[in-house]
Amino acid sequence: MANTTPSQQTYLPGNHPDLPPPVSTSGAIGWARNNLFSSPLNIVLTVLSAWFLWTMIPPLLTWGLFDAVWQADSRKDCWAQMDVPEGAACWAFIADRLQVFIYGFYPEGERWRVNLSFVLFVIAALYALYDRMPARRYGLWYCLAFPFIVAWLLFGGLGLTPVETNDFGGIMLTMVLGVTAIAFSLPIGIVLALGRRSTMPVLRIVCVLFIEFIRGVPLIALLFVASTMLNYFLPPGTFFDLLFRVLIIMTLFASAYAAEVVRGGLQGIPRGQYEAADAMGLTYWKTHRLIILPQALKISIPGFINTFIGTFKDTTLVLIIGMMDPLGIGRSALADAEWAGLAREMYLFIALFFFICCFSMSRYSLHLEKKLDTGH
Amino acid sequence: MAVLFAVLAMMVRNVVINLAAIGKEFSFGFLFTPAGYDITFSPFIEYTSRSTHLRAAAVGVFNTLLVAASGIVLATIMGFILGIVRLSSNWIANRIVYVFIEFARNVPVLLHIFFVYGLVVILLPAPKKAPSIWDLFYLSNRGFFVPSPVFESAMWIVAVVLAAAIIFTIFFKRWAKQVQNRTGHRYPVFWISSGVIIGATAIAFIAAGMPLTWEIPVLKGFNYKGGMSIKPEFIALWFALSYYTSCFIAEIVRGGILAVSKGQTEAAYAVGMRPNRTLQLIIIPQALRVIVPPLASQYLNLTKNSSLAIAIGYMDITATIGGITLMQTGKEMETMLIVMCCYLVFSLTISALMNWFNRSIKLKER
Repeated sequence: MANTTPSQQTYLPGNHPDLPPPVSTSGAIGWARNNLFSSPLNIVLTVLSAWFLWTMIPPLLTWGLFDAVWQADSRKDCWAQMDVPEGAACWAFIADRLQVFIYGFYPEGERWRVNLSFVLFVIAALYALYDRMPARRYGLWYCLAFPFIVAWLLFGGLGLTPVETNDFGGIMLTMVLGVTAIAFSLPIGIVLALGRRSTMPVLRIVCVLFIEFIRGVPLIALLFVASTMLNYFLPPGTFFDLLFRVLIIMTLFASAYAAEVVRGGLQGIPRGQYEAADAMGLTYWKTHRLIILPQALKISIPGFINTFIGTFKDTTLVLIIGMMDPLGIGRSALADAEWAGLAREMYLFIALFFFICCFSMSRYSLHLEKKLDTGH
Repeated sequence: MAVLFAVLAMMVRNVVINLAAIGKEFSFGFLFTPAGYDITFSPFIEYTSRSTHLRAAAVGVFNTLLVAASGIVLATIMGFILGIVRLSSNWIANRIVYVFIEFARNVPVLLHIFFVYGLVVILLPAPKKAPSIWDLFYLSNRGFFVPSPVFESAMWIVAVVLAAAIIFTIFFKRWAKQVQNRTGHRYPVFWISSGVIIGATAIAFIAAGMPLTWEIPVLKGFNYKGGMSIKPEFIALWFALSYYTSCFIAEIVRGGILAVSKGQTEAAYAVGMRPNRTLQLIIIPQALRVIVPPLASQYLNLTKNSSLAIAIGYMDITATIGGITLMQTGKEMETMLIVMCCYLVFSLTISALMNWFNRSIKLKER
């Protein structure tokens, strides 16, 4: 006769009912024990982190969201609307200057051209990045034509009112610099990387010197070169506008880094691939176009995206040679007596813009890595 | 090939023609004329506005080296801590560090520098209201004031003893390793070495009559006099560069440690190693092989990013000779050549050092 208390109950072998796992090892409690309180050090870390979150998050949310002012004419107006003057964020500043932050000083009547360029850019990016777009074949041709269409739209001429490059600014300038440098750095980088691995000694040395020189020097020094002396290297009489000089330098800078990424990809291709192509009697160019580059570029995509993110962030440096990127616009807006002293809001807004762009690029790279991972 | 040379020759020819057209001469003579501008932060060499441009360049080089070296140290420490927290099983700490890393490294470093500089200048109080630590250290918006050491003449004895102690420990360590290889007997190398270095130096210091005094900063008027002042520009640049780079280092460290397969840890436990020794002898040496090459390129990035000093007015090499000297003398070619050569030398030196370190930890294949 079995006892009624479960702990002393006896069963025949094989007849024991399945019991739930102990409460302390499953569910929320088990998870917390394993992940938050598994050792004394861990407990200290958890308490410290929780304290940190507790002291940081609520005041930040109050400052940035709950007490923030979204509509005002000046900072005084902003502060008048708050319980404690200067106690919360004044997003009205950003709202007031949003147009300048986006378009710079682009003439107001012509801003549809910037918007249209952006739409064209999104379409081109979709065609370049997603392989399930309709009519992809024509889409890729469109991607090739895209830089020229947009250049015509933004700079004007041929029926459109010309726009001075001095008026370029804000997020639009960042996009122009970033997209141009990124797009042109790819082909130049591939050529440089092939040159670096070439068997012709002179070509190889020139490529190595170029890549190592660019990578060894900070971008800001190269931008100084662009702003002060690039014209010396051009035939007498030719004159390039500052924006073009900066574009050239940023492109060359990005290409040197892209070249190293491609080189990494090329090194990842086993020798057998080259030998097999040679055995088939393919020429150098055919070997690279059909066999080597498709494989090498595929494995260097994550690296490319890393350089892209770097280039995109580096566009802010043009501020130092006097161009009006968002940071430059923000800093000049702070000099305005109406809005002076709202640096935190401005920096946070620009940081958020860059964060969204760069973070989504890095997520896309992770997604590609997973997609391209063939498992060997 | 011919096209390439033609382009290069064209460029050189263009430079010659263009320079001749505006009547500029390629010469470095300007380096020996008085600079005529002030540099507020020159901790290593004497500098006044009457010094030459060459001296201004030297100040710039030292300031760049200072911020790069201290940035590398802080970034490495912070990076390793963040990377290890990222690997810990503690969910909250892990997520906090993840959010911090992703946010910091996806925002341009220039913005970080401006932001930290703004915080330092706005949040820290004026010198009169500066909080102090035991009336020795003052933290104000004019800089961080610390007592500066004043060495007396007998200090060289202490320095010699310290050097001798360090040399002794190097030989002792080598000898102890030989003994261990031969007999298996282990000496407590760490404790003996640190005991000798600290003990011998302390004895020498007392025997030489304590030849060291401290000059303490004192508030005079609107600012502090005496002591050493660390400028807010330096603090902002140093801190911003360090935490920005540390986020990249953290990811490298995390990747490196994850790259050591779990079997290594299990094998070490199976032969009876304690967790500490496992980490020290099994995991870290293997992880370092993965970590060091990308770490080197982060150090290079930090050094190059230190040129952004010019944005907040810290006088590094780009700001002195590449900035003010260039504007004053109009010698674009020469000044930019000097600046670029300096950075190339820094980059090559860091690469060479890291390559040497990389070779010393590399897998020895026999």
